[in-house]
Amino acid sequence: MTAITLNVNGASHAIDVEDRTLLVHALRDTLRLTGAHIGCDTSQCGACTVHIDGRAVKSCTVLAAQAVDSEIRTIEGLAKGADLHPMQAAFREHHGLQCGFCTPGMIMMAVDIARRHPRPDDATVRAELEGNLCRCTGYHNIVKAVIAGAAAMEGLA
Amino acid sequence: MYELAYVRPQSLTDALAMLAQDDGAQALSGGQTLMPVLRARLAMPTRLVDLARLHELAGITPAGDGIEIGAATTHHDVSTSSAVRSVLPALAGLAGGIGDAQIRHRGTIGGSIANNDPAACYPSALLALGASITTSQRTLAAQDFFTGMFSTALEPGEIVRSIRLPACDKARYIKFRNPASRFALVGVFAARLPGGYRIAITGGGNGVFRWQEAEQHLDSGGSVSAIAEERLDIGNFTGDLHGSAEYRRHIAAVTVRQAISAIT
Repeated sequence: MTAITLNVNGASHAIDVEDRTLLVHALRDTLRLTGAHIGCDTSQCGACTVHIDGRAVKSCTVLAAQAVDSEIRTIEGLAKGADLHPMQAAFREHHGLQCGFCTPGMIMMAVDIARRHPRPDDATVRAELEGNLCRCTGYHNIVKAVIAGAAAMEGLA
Repeated sequence: MYELAYVRPQSLTDALAMLAQDDGAQALSGGQTLMPVLRARLAMPTRLVDLARLHELAGITPAGDGIEIGAATTHHDVSTSSAVRSVLPALAGLAGGIGDAQIRHRGTIGGSIANNDPAACYPSALLALGASITTSQRTLAAQDFFTGMFSTALEPGEIVRSIRLPACDKARYIKFRNPASRFALVGVFAARLPGGYRIAITGGGNGVFRWQEAEQHLDSGGSVSAIAEERLDIGNFTGDLHGSAEYRRHIAAVTVRQAISAIT
């Protein structure tokens, strides 16, 4: 085991992990931040999406050790207490989910989309969501939620 | 994933030493291919030497009339670079279409070309444009660097430092995507350079290659519509569950005609 320090959602965590430990496992199993989900074994589904230094990445495709000295943000770090992040609120408002398994990854990706495309159109959102799979919704309400959430985020900026 | 050690060198010199010390060591860049490979236990390196933060491999800088891209530059950074967009917009477009957004945030140009997946996008651009690749030891022309499927001229312990590409505003990359993997089922990079047309095809199955017969046909004034798939050697293509060799060859010829039409 190797002692590492991960900066997650603004807090510093000293943990012991194996060098081969994936970031998603360190988050879920060691830090008990179980919002990032594991939906595949092939880096395709995007349910484990988190931000490293502000950029959406698949936490199943990064070692925990690679994320040392970076700022990690997970779905648990979005809301401020009982106040949902605008993107979370938009997913609720537009019913951008059914079973909810893909939702943490979708929302983390959506926040990243809004950062790079403040007023994304439908086609942009669909292209940007290529790395996030949803097996329930047909994406229709997710796309609506991302567009509305991006507008709400811009309003706050 | 099998047990392994992770090390993060602070300099290129350190990285070379770490790779040289251990026959089982594997260089790690963005890891967007390597991590899935390791998770599937398809490789068993003893240690990973993380190159992603080495300053010697970072940055996009002007070089002559072209551009030099550090090996650790992510696909996202290539695709959004104003320098790349201004001198070689086709490369920015290619980089912006690799994988998905999350993968583009981590995956690097150096990692992609060192792996030389037979369906990767970047090798076709480098081969078509006559890029040169500077490693920790030497500089190689792209045609000498890519030596076959998952195979390059890199020696054990040799690291890609940067890629130098010429400016070219008459270039186009068109990818016929596998909708599941987002790799190219077939991808074509076509360019019109001062010396003539250049066409490189990826996704055929046996590794990236140039279609020199079509280049010569165009250079001697032949028409786009006369670029015939029958003249494309079927030996460059293999079949698998995604498509037969004949299907790939057909898509390649159609895509070449589209790409050439876009730059003439």
